[in-house]
Amino acid sequence: MMPLAQIQAIPQGADYIRILPELVLSIFGIVIMVLDPLVDEEKSQKTLGLIGFIGTLAGLASTWYMARQPWGLAFSKTIRVDGFSIFFNYLVIAIAAVVILSSFEYMAVQKIRAGEYYALILFSAVGMTLMSSAIELVLIFIGLEISSISTYILAGFRRNEASSAESSLKYFLLGSFATAFFLYGVALMFGATGSTNIDIISQRLQSSPAEMLVYTSMALMFVGLGFKVAAAPFHVWTPDVYEGAPAPVVGFMSTAPKAAAFAVLLRVVFSINVPGRFWFLWVAAALSMTLGNVGALVQNNVKRLLAYSSIAHAGYLLVAFAMTTPDTSLNGISAAMFYTAAYAAMNVGAFAVVSHLANAGERYVNLEDYEGLGRSSPLLAATLTVFLLSLIGIPMTGGFFAKFYVFSAALRANLIWLTIIGVLNSAVGAYYYLRIIVVMYMRESRKEVPVGPVSLGLALALAITFVATLYLGILPNRVLQVAQHSAHDLLPAASGAAGVAQNPRPTGNTN
Amino acid sequence: MNTDTLSPYILTLVTFVPLAGALLLTVLPRRDRDIRVIAFLVSLITFGLSLHLPVYFHRVIGGFQFEIDKSWISSPNIHYHMAIDGISMWLVVLTTFLTPLCVLISWKTVHDRVKEFFILLLILETALIGVFTSLDLFLFYFFWEATLIPMALLIGVFGHERKVYAAVKFFMYTMIASVFMLAGILWLYAHTGSFDFVVIRDLISRGQVSNFPAAAQWLFLGFFIAFAVKVPLFPFHTWLPDAHVEAPTAGSVLLAGVLLKMGTYGMLRFNLGLFPEQSRSNASWIMALALIGIIYGALVAMVQPNMKKLIAYSSVSHLGFVVLGIFSFTQSGLNGAMFVMLAHGISTGGLFMLAGILHERRHTYEISEFGGLATPMPVYATSYLFIVLASVGLPLLNGFVGEFLVLNGAFQAKPIYGILGATGVIWSACYLLWMFQRVFYGKVTHPINNGLADMLGFEKAAVWPCAIAAMVMGVAPILWLAAIDPAVQATLNALPQMVSKVVGQ
Repeated sequence: MMPLAQIQAIPQGADYIRILPELVLSIFGIVIMVLDPLVDEEKSQKTLGLIGFIGTLAGLASTWYMARQPWGLAFSKTIRVDGFSIFFNYLVIAIAAVVILSSFEYMAVQKIRAGEYYALILFSAVGMTLMSSAIELVLIFIGLEISSISTYILAGFRRNEASSAESSLKYFLLGSFATAFFLYGVALMFGATGSTNIDIISQRLQSSPAEMLVYTSMALMFVGLGFKVAAAPFHVWTPDVYEGAPAPVVGFMSTAPKAAAFAVLLRVVFSINVPGRFWFLWVAAALSMTLGNVGALVQNNVKRLLAYSSIAHAGYLLVAFAMTTPDTSLNGISAAMFYTAAYAAMNVGAFAVVSHLANAGERYVNLEDYEGLGRSSPLLAATLTVFLLSLIGIPMTGGFFAKFYVFSAALRANLIWLTIIGVLNSAVGAYYYLRIIVVMYMRESRKEVPVGPVSLGLALALAITFVATLYLGILPNRVLQVAQHSAHDLLPAASGAAGVAQNPRPTGNTN
Repeated sequence: MNTDTLSPYILTLVTFVPLAGALLLTVLPRRDRDIRVIAFLVSLITFGLSLHLPVYFHRVIGGFQFEIDKSWISSPNIHYHMAIDGISMWLVVLTTFLTPLCVLISWKTVHDRVKEFFILLLILETALIGVFTSLDLFLFYFFWEATLIPMALLIGVFGHERKVYAAVKFFMYTMIASVFMLAGILWLYAHTGSFDFVVIRDLISRGQVSNFPAAAQWLFLGFFIAFAVKVPLFPFHTWLPDAHVEAPTAGSVLLAGVLLKMGTYGMLRFNLGLFPEQSRSNASWIMALALIGIIYGALVAMVQPNMKKLIAYSSVSHLGFVVLGIFSFTQSGLNGAMFVMLAHGISTGGLFMLAGILHERRHTYEISEFGGLATPMPVYATSYLFIVLASVGLPLLNGFVGEFLVLNGAFQAKPIYGILGATGVIWSACYLLWMFQRVFYGKVTHPINNGLADMLGFEKAAVWPCAIAAMVMGVAPILWLAAIDPAVQATLNALPQMVSKVVGQ
């Protein structure tokens, strides 16, 4: 897609370092696939899961190593390592690690014996890290497909359940349809500007005014990405897919692919600065918040409830995209990055609890199954309460600062009405999260719901997400500063220095 | 060691000692007796620490004291900024005074999930104290919201029949209202770059906030609605009777005694402090609502068949006095409003404890279930009468001083306000004394009541401190007003032209 002269014939060592996390994760994924038929079926779960977990740790370590090397472009300027991509690398791999931890027990309880489960999570993470570091639209598309196809399969992992098959198929059909839109948008963008490289597109659009074709292309790309982040009006698939898919997988796919898709959206929206994008982001944000919250009000199935809640949260996040000037854009980008991190912590945690309570065959996922949980397992109930309070946006939790940064960025950009819609929505949202808390603490259980002991892996996963949620709520500084630095990487024009920052900066772990 | 060296840290200590106690309780084994004892000790230590404040308080200074200001989060610019003046100091002491009594009154009445109960109670205490000590708007909002969760859980888990309904109603009402305040706080931050109350107040008074004139009325209303629901000001009061009737006794005591004062304190500190002009221009309808609250609350209280609901509506009426005093913008009215807040905390807290004692014996609050109780329960009846008279406003007891000052201030502002407000005093005598007569005098109407036990030791220990405080406050109000007066003066000085205008109307 670019002139041949620009393509370097031989990639250099630095190129490989800049995709080190992807390489490491792929290697571990392949190792799991190779070992799967070799290890004893009874033990395969533990062994392969452990390898998967070590793979994610190695992925985090390689990201750390990569962040310490000089940043910059790689592979014929299709990959860019900067603060922004490192932030999302950390986030996505950390989510994968926590989800793997919380899956051990779930897989054992559901009696699913399949090592490729862990390999798929790793491959999916490869696709997502690629999405966050690619600046070439075609490569982004490939990353999107890698991550999507893995998640389609993951959604269908409860093989004996019809609902899981439905979930997988629905996700697959609608998802491929949506990615086709994205590809169509990329094609139109190539037609309009003669390139699929975001940097080059951005330069060309600065010199010549945007034409209709560019608008259309942006709109089509937004359709594809809007589907991935479950933003209204492309959200209809979410409740059904979340309901059928295995609970830890829902924890994964409601956060990691979303984070990656938001990363792409941030790059596309803010790097390719198309005037006029404002209104469709505004409408999508307002619609997602409202439809998500209103839909969640009447849900009785906790997974469906959290599905609608994730639509609403995509809406809050999109508020941060409706910025137009470079100055407000910086606020918006850092707010959105912080939001993805905070949302990941609390939502993965919430689904970890849900997956534990679901029990064999996911029998106990309705609201009435949570009755009396405050008495029967107080620790689990208290943990879930913290995640729910964070989802409401109560101060001292990550969810509060996430909303806070988004809304204050919106207020500084004078988006008064969008802020009002958002604030009212968070008040509505409080109601349904509260319903779960009320049921847990204020009702006595009417039927016997067995709650097994919490395994070590799950306890670890809960501890990580719990600490992360509170850390982001009490000391949000460090993560926010990292996000703010990274926002400059995305908007070279605003920071005054064109091009890519070459100096590595210390970055915080964002899990 | 001179205890004055504590001064920079005393507010932090007072605020977080209960929380530390709550954390300690979480790791203790479930031996109910130990839990009760430790909860009591923690709340008593907190009370002892809080007495440091009035002892070392400089009464001539109207400004903030015991200040601590540390940068906490750099972006957004949030400070750990705590300080108190004469207004907030007494509310802190009121909180720390009532909490040990709440522990005592719950000593034998809470049997189930004792550990959780006292953990929630102590967390609630931290949040309440934090509301009064925070000067950073963010910190204030945090504590403000943080009071909601333990209170809602206390109602919803430990309450009576319709507890879930009441808890959710309480939570949603106050949560939705405070969202408007959050929007206001965010607006102020976006335009001033600070959450600090003092900084924002100075910027506003110097006219250095862009777009302020256009937004001021909305900001005023945003803060006001959050506070008005909490007070609760008519017509936002409907959550209160439900919450009170369903709440456990200790929950009611803290709800009426302290939680409602968060609203009036907020009006005094933030509405008057940040938006003096809007406070003035909106004063007339707010005072009208306050008067409606006084009279309506009293009339509704009169016809309540349920003792706890009656006391709840009497709170609506009494808090109407506070709002009336605040928006009279007179020295006397504001002093009186402050004093009514404290007096109401003591006397209504006492009334709720007494109602709880009766409920513990008969499991009902229906007034018609009782009658002639003075015969089997003489000590109880005497204590009850004492607190009722304090609440009615008998001279030499605490209710009188505050109401007198408020009415004096309201009369200065506009005679008709004073006249209408004064009827509230008569009404309160009607409903409280009539209730007292129906419950205690005459023959014992239900034979079962003959066997009721009189007050037990721990009940006396909980109620009598309230009675003593009511009397001391009534006899020597100057002990309290000496610190309140300069702080009120300082608040009024920020709006000098307003006083003359309102008075001159």
